[in-house]
Amino acid sequence: MDRTRQFEALALPHLNAAYNLARWLLRDEYHAQDVVQEAFLRAFRYFDSFKGGDARPWLMGIVRNTCYSWMRENSRRAEQPLELDEDLENDAYEHGGHQTQNNPETLLMQKHESSRVNAAIERLPAVFRETLMLRELEDMSYEEIAQIAGIPLGTVMSRLSRARRLLREILTEVIKED
Amino acid sequence: MPTHQDFELESLVKAKATRFTAPSELSKKIGIAIRQEDLISAALKKTIRRTVWPQWFNLGLSFAFGLLLSVGLLRIYPMSNDQEVLSQEIVSGHVRSLMAGHLADVASSDQHTVKPWFTGKLDFSPPVQDLKAEGFALSGGRLDYVDKHPVAALVYQRRLHTINVFVWPSESNPSQDMKPLSRQGFNLVNWKDAGMQFWAVSDLAADELKTFAQLMQQVAAKPAS
Repeated sequence: MDRTRQFEALALPHLNAAYNLARWLLRDEYHAQDVVQEAFLRAFRYFDSFKGGDARPWLMGIVRNTCYSWMRENSRRAEQPLELDEDLENDAYEHGGHQTQNNPETLLMQKHESSRVNAAIERLPAVFRETLMLRELEDMSYEEIAQIAGIPLGTVMSRLSRARRLLREILTEVIKED
Repeated sequence: MPTHQDFELESLVKAKATRFTAPSELSKKIGIAIRQEDLISAALKKTIRRTVWPQWFNLGLSFAFGLLLSVGLLRIYPMSNDQEVLSQEIVSGHVRSLMAGHLADVASSDQHTVKPWFTGKLDFSPPVQDLKAEGFALSGGRLDYVDKHPVAALVYQRRLHTINVFVWPSESNPSQDMKPLSRQGFNLVNWKDAGMQFWAVSDLAADELKTFAQLMQQVAAKPAS
């Protein structure tokens, strides 16, 4: 099997996950396609340095980095990745303990509102958006997300809880706006 | 410790947030792009590959192979030595402009700023057009030196790729069709039009660079606005 076929066999099964990540980060289908193509080409160039094992975190890491380079170069259209105060997650659970009635999740679940949930996630800063979608939509482990984003395991957990708290706040606003 | 609310939010996102799937043509595009890349890197590797034969044999073999390769290449790319040297110069100019961070002397996306900038610096006026609407945004211009001439270098951006277009008056033929080629992984297109010669160079895919060259020719054919 030649190199191109080997690469395709390894990389193409993750094309949808790669596209989903780029689409959520860039919030535009055409830019997402361009950036994913660029990322796969980069991955192919580094293919010899791939040591084997699971290709998904390796490839998704390249896709993520290509997305961020794109965002930096087009910063007028997309936000910069934020510098975060990771300690802020400490109060993430403080608001726990409400009853489930009339909370935004229940209301939105009943109303089948995909577009509102999507819009709310799109309002999250990029680093929270990526952590949330890798975890909830791609079912990735904390370890895998840490590898893709190049951050410690603890940071993945704090970003995820911060993402959930922020999303909850945004969803509450969305409900009020009704 | 995850709370009850976390589980609720999790199931909401899982149930309602969109999982975007890649359009079917994307995997085809990737297949084409990596095959182009593979051809370029294979051609580069071929010239440095070594065998385990005795040294004298290896030497003789590589001489014979080199001869064969150059004859073969000459048949595939019937290019004069001058053109070969020139294409090498163009690639060097492109790489240098990116390495030194000296891409533009006049950084502007406005063709009416870039074109007059060359006046007084060159004894010709290069055609400058913004092709932003077509996806190739003009980002500036600078002076460069190619083939013993001061030349105009126009800089365009396409996604993450930079395109340098070197322009100077053509001494021989007033016009010549597009000639695509590739060097060290860069794609080049060379053409002559209205007494000027153009060399576009980029790490952009060959077909996209060709589209760019076609657009340059089309807008050059129209009277300047």
